[in-house]
Amino acid sequence: MKFDTPATTNPIDQLKVVGKPTNRIEGPLKTTGTAPYAYEHQDFAATQAYGYVVGSAIAKGKIASMNLDEAKAAPGVLAIVTAANAGKLGKGDFNNATLLGGPGIEHYHQAVALVVAGSFEQARAAASLVRVEYTRDKGAYDLSATVGTAGKAPVLYGNQPDTAVGDFASAFAAAPVQLDARYSTPDHAHAMMEPHASIASWEGDKLTVWTSNQMIAWSAGDVAKTLGLPKENVRLLSPYVGGGFGGKLYVRADAILAALGAKATKRPVKVALQRPLMMNNTPHRPATIQRIRLGATPDGKLTAIGHESWSGDLNAAKPEGAVAQTRLLYAGANRMTAMRIAALDLAEGNDMRAPGEAPGMMALEVAMDEMAEKLGLDPVQFRILNDTQVDPEAPSRPFTQRQLNKCLQMGAEKFGWSKRGKPASTRDGKWLVGMGVAAAFRNNLNANSAARVRLSSAGIVTVETDMTDIGTGSYTIIAQTAAEMMGVPLDNVVVKLGDSSFPVSSGSGGQWGANSSTAGVYAACVKLREAAAQKLGLNPADAVFADGKVKVGRRSFALGDAAKDGELVAEDRIEFGKLAEEKQQSTFGAHFVEVGVDSATGEVRIRRMLAVCAAGRILNPKAARSQVIGGMTMGAGAALMEELAVDKRFGFFVNHDLAGYEVPVHADIPYQEVIFLDETDPNTSPMKAKGVGELGICGVAAAVANAVYNATGARVRSYPITLDKFIDKLPEMT
Amino acid sequence: MQTPEDHELSRRGVLVGGAASVAAVTLVPTATPAGAASAPAVPPTAEVAFKVNGTAHSLELDTRVSLLDALREHLHLTGTKKGCDHGQCGACTVIVDGRRINSCLALAVMHDGDEITTIEGLGTPDRMHAMQEAFVVHDGYQCGYCTPGQICSAVAVLDEIKAGIPSHVTADLTLAPAVTNMEIRERMSGNICRCGAYPNIVAAISDVAGVKA
Repeated sequence: MKFDTPATTNPIDQLKVVGKPTNRIEGPLKTTGTAPYAYEHQDFAATQAYGYVVGSAIAKGKIASMNLDEAKAAPGVLAIVTAANAGKLGKGDFNNATLLGGPGIEHYHQAVALVVAGSFEQARAAASLVRVEYTRDKGAYDLSATVGTAGKAPVLYGNQPDTAVGDFASAFAAAPVQLDARYSTPDHAHAMMEPHASIASWEGDKLTVWTSNQMIAWSAGDVAKTLGLPKENVRLLSPYVGGGFGGKLYVRADAILAALGAKATKRPVKVALQRPLMMNNTPHRPATIQRIRLGATPDGKLTAIGHESWSGDLNAAKPEGAVAQTRLLYAGANRMTAMRIAALDLAEGNDMRAPGEAPGMMALEVAMDEMAEKLGLDPVQFRILNDTQVDPEAPSRPFTQRQLNKCLQMGAEKFGWSKRGKPASTRDGKWLVGMGVAAAFRNNLNANSAARVRLSSAGIVTVETDMTDIGTGSYTIIAQTAAEMMGVPLDNVVVKLGDSSFPVSSGSGGQWGANSSTAGVYAACVKLREAAAQKLGLNPADAVFADGKVKVGRRSFALGDAAKDGELVAEDRIEFGKLAEEKQQSTFGAHFVEVGVDSATGEVRIRRMLAVCAAGRILNPKAARSQVIGGMTMGAGAALMEELAVDKRFGFFVNHDLAGYEVPVHADIPYQEVIFLDETDPNTSPMKAKGVGELGICGVAAAVANAVYNATGARVRSYPITLDKFIDKLPEMT
Repeated sequence: MQTPEDHELSRRGVLVGGAASVAAVTLVPTATPAGAASAPAVPPTAEVAFKVNGTAHSLELDTRVSLLDALREHLHLTGTKKGCDHGQCGACTVIVDGRRINSCLALAVMHDGDEITTIEGLGTPDRMHAMQEAFVVHDGYQCGYCTPGQICSAVAVLDEIKAGIPSHVTADLTLAPAVTNMEIRERMSGNICRCGAYPNIVAAISDVAGVKA
């Protein structure tokens, strides 16, 4: 089904099932420990062997020699895979560094060996006997040292490294009120709870990998490419994914090494990346240094907006697109953005939840707060004043929907924003109390997505698509979509996901999954409705699918009757046309945060959080709210604690486990409120939905930062906002 | 390979690296000083007997097997999750003789004679425990990987409060602790949820405890 004109009324608009806050259909499995994740498939339990990964102890250089003798002689060892014995390996389209290093080493903890043994304990013990001698080369690890020398970034998702509209330099120079500030955001780890894990098994030259991956088709392709196999010889299964956040978009070492280990031992092999290995072995969100210049008239109209960002990556391959939102968020006739990138020899940087916008908004929305203060304007009002209903770079291109102002206004009212005082003026006992606001913004992306639907004579509808559910609610919203389309109760829908033998979906990433994958299921269900109606001798255009029946006028059949001579199967794909080029599709919101800062110690505690979101039709308000509060929580971490600390001499992230890399815990997160504005967007798909999974994180950290400023009067421009950065600026104790 | 020497990048290593960044590095582990000669051909095993979810098990295990891996790899009870294997995340929480522990930090052979309850022992998809049902209703999870640990912890937390065991946020140690939002959040803080379902988890626990979140 081509989607190239805005949707009109369709069966989804009935909203009998879609749009309801349904419990997740896989909830009883997840809460009873019976949902099988990658490392837990039992098909090979009797014969499987265990792999343990050895990571490089240097960041850049060469393996001078490897001595495997002791490790090979250790009890239970079946094989040791290294680059020297693995045969020729390719590199996946989505990988930067190779997944098995040697002799060249590209980053710290790059895998250099897999020890395979009969038990996990034997493999682990033998791995400690692998002797590696390295020759270390000089590497570049310090982003701040590269500012000034960094080159233009490659084009990133259509964003040029330099953009310009009007005459920024002159307009900024002439602006009566100016802001010129630098901000920095550190490297972040996805730190999903389930480690990267795979079980690989060969039958002849056919490979099956149970793995934990967000993008099945991409990754089946990259497994094949890396191992030099035809793509059809690789089957990937990933029905449950214990968190991804972008860290499982691509194939990682666990899958490739499990396959190589299984080949070497002729047994199924399972490999989970050890937690202390993950943060240097797998991608991370790259650190940024950002410069923002804003020029405004005295009454608060922005006339000049400039945003530059520096980031680094292995081989200078991929920038962190922190300037992306600045091209679209606020009005202003003269604007520029620039992305520069340096070659760093840390593990590769790549996508993490809202790549670009998450760190970009951390800077831009603090700059807006600073500018509002310079202008003597309320930061809510300042943003409303600079709203735009069209793409500021191409005014003939309107937004399909843009309710940012309403989000800000409603949020301010609900949160009690009018009670916000001047900086460092509000106290509650020993606590300095402050409120902060930030806009939330993330583009809505769509990706072609296919599904197969089956109808049984019992009236059961089964959906098959390689879509993944990484905690996002895919199982449930896909079931809701099929139930709505076929007129059956939710209990009569079975959803099967994450299998590369199923039709290729959008996968999970870039907050495109919900709208795209359900639209693919919609398309397949349209075909199944036609097939069912024809089978029953009804005109498909007149047939009404409801209450488990198909009716035309007074003629009524049980839906299952259409399959009484055999299962009906339909398959289709939603293919997105150029609607997204004609009008800008984005999601909007407003974050409000109240913090308390200990007046003596500088300890920051978040007291209240509110997000108001406008993101198209909300397919399941319960799951969507969870996505947004999850983003708010990750944003709180980015604001206050998350930082991969770089050892700039040896080139690695020092705090590479869950004890050293701090993420928010229960005690850090108070009650979080989320309001969704009533919105449907016929430009996005027949579902009229948009993404919300990344909107929730965009802007949160800035709202926290602005609240800390309001509480203390101390402005911190370097994340995370830890107390050492402002304790000397706290108001005098009275 | 991560070895003790690796962390000794401190001191001497720092000086070397600081002075000359191109250097040959040899990393020699110290774990088994004599290498293969001293390694036994067959790792030592021991017999351990415990009850899991009411069923008696007797296992002959490599003495290095953690309680977590005994459950997951030997008894195929994979509901208990391995998130970090280092006692940092709480995904492996199980209840042993009524108290919650991180099963990754315990060797299986330490638990001879113990009664262990895992997520599978609390309820099944068709007969869920009240806490499991509350997690479903309040959407107290997303990806589901930390969930069994959260639920085992939650069940034990309510028992701890009932038993009068104080926490860091209990204001008055002479009074019985109450089921409050902060008591729940403090006691649950050893269970990380990266998806960020925290307020929903607290709502689920409060619901089971019969208090307002």
